[in-house]
Amino acid sequence: MNTSLINYTLHLADNALILGHRNSEWCGHGPALEQDIAISNIALDGIGQARNLYQYAAVLSNNGATEDSLAYLRDVIDFKNLLITELPNGDWAQTTLRQFLFSAYQFYFYQQLEKSADQQLAAIATKSLKEVTYHLRWSSEWVIRLGDGTAESHDKMVKAIAEIWNYTGELFLPASYEKELAASGIAVDLAVIQPLWEQKVSAVFAEATIAIPEKSFAQKGGKEGIHTEHLGYILAEMQFLQRAYPGAEW
Amino acid sequence: MTVLSNHTTETEKKIWLLLETVTDPEVPVLSVLDLGIIRNVSVEPSGENNVKPVITITPTYSGCPAMDVISINIRMVLLQAGFKDIEIKQVLSPAWTTEWMSTEGKNKLKAYGIAPPQYKQAVCTPDAFQEEEAIQCPQCNSWHTTLISQFGSTACKALYRCEDCKEPFDYFKCH
Ligand SMILES: [Zn+2]
Repeated sequence: MNTSLINYTLHLADNALILGHRNSEWCGHGPALEQDIAISNIALDGIGQARNLYQYAAVLSNNGATEDSLAYLRDVIDFKNLLITELPNGDWAQTTLRQFLFSAYQFYFYQQLEKSADQQLAAIATKSLKEVTYHLRWSSEWVIRLGDGTAESHDKMVKAIAEIWNYTGELFLPASYEKELAASGIAVDLAVIQPLWEQKVSAVFAEATIAIPEKSFAQKGGKEGIHTEHLGYILAEMQFLQRAYPGAEW
Repeated sequence: MTVLSNHTTETEKKIWLLLETVTDPEVPVLSVLDLGIIRNVSVEPSGENNVKPVITITPTYSGCPAMDVISINIRMVLLQAGFKDIEIKQVLSPAWTTEWMSTEGKNKLKAYGIAPPQYKQAVCTPDAFQEEEAIQCPQCNSWHTTLISQFGSTACKALYRCEDCKEPFDYFKCH
């Protein structure tokens, strides 16, 4: 039970941290100053949510782990983030589409997690949900703006969907620890949020004049530590300092 | 017993006054009390003759980098006032809301050039391209303003432009 709760908390933390890190790669490179600031703020919210979750995982672990050791000293197979969060940013269409698909997922997810039997997870969910609402609104607008924009922006959004769609199936495939915790009212029942997510995505895609792909093969494994090659590169960059200079602070 | 509790109340009063001097490093006109992030102050016995202040704070946004600095500054102010043993606890629930910002804080924000959160709390919903709430320009008081971005210079602010005086300004958004 406790191991499952630690794994579940790490899964949520890793999602937030890895996508937060990806989004932070835009800092200084955004297509316009205001949008650079927006994506950097979204990155910061994600990393903040990750901190709350890692702090809780550290308490649950009760073995000397800290939020920093959990973020900086675990290896690829220990990370439990969804594969969609580790995909490279690609262009602005790919970044905003991924954010939309993920924020829509997080939005309905946190709405359920607010009712969790675990009080700390419920508190983190309520706190995070307020932030995710802004992310979902912002990213929906970009999907619509580009999809229903010029021929070129439409084309880029269609390409982004082809690139990312196969990674959305994993959002709703529960890992073993999730199934166990859902049964005891701690974890979110993914079957409950899947139709809500599909409805939201259909509505925004319709407004963006883009089609939802046919059912496709779902890339999966992230939740159990089986990742794409991209995660190793993220960790190499993110963890370098702590690996080279253990305990370094500023 | 009565004496001790009177003493405790006196100490708590003193701590609240000290907290009034701790400001938000990102919006230095606001004290931590104006922000509404101090959730509780209590005093516990510590050692023979000493007392330990226990301050409970809550973050504005999950990733707000000011929170760490605020904790350090609270500790510094209490140390300077002679307290030795100090505990600062962070709680997430209930989640902070701009409704907890004091009226005085809102007035200070406006005088500082930042539009304060609306008095009537607006609820953020995820719908795209919503009609924006009217925000008053803190420079010229015009209501003829336009949202530039929901994300501004810090996590708690949105960016607006005044169509009359043409100045951009920050809005401390409802949360
Ligand atoms: Zn003006």
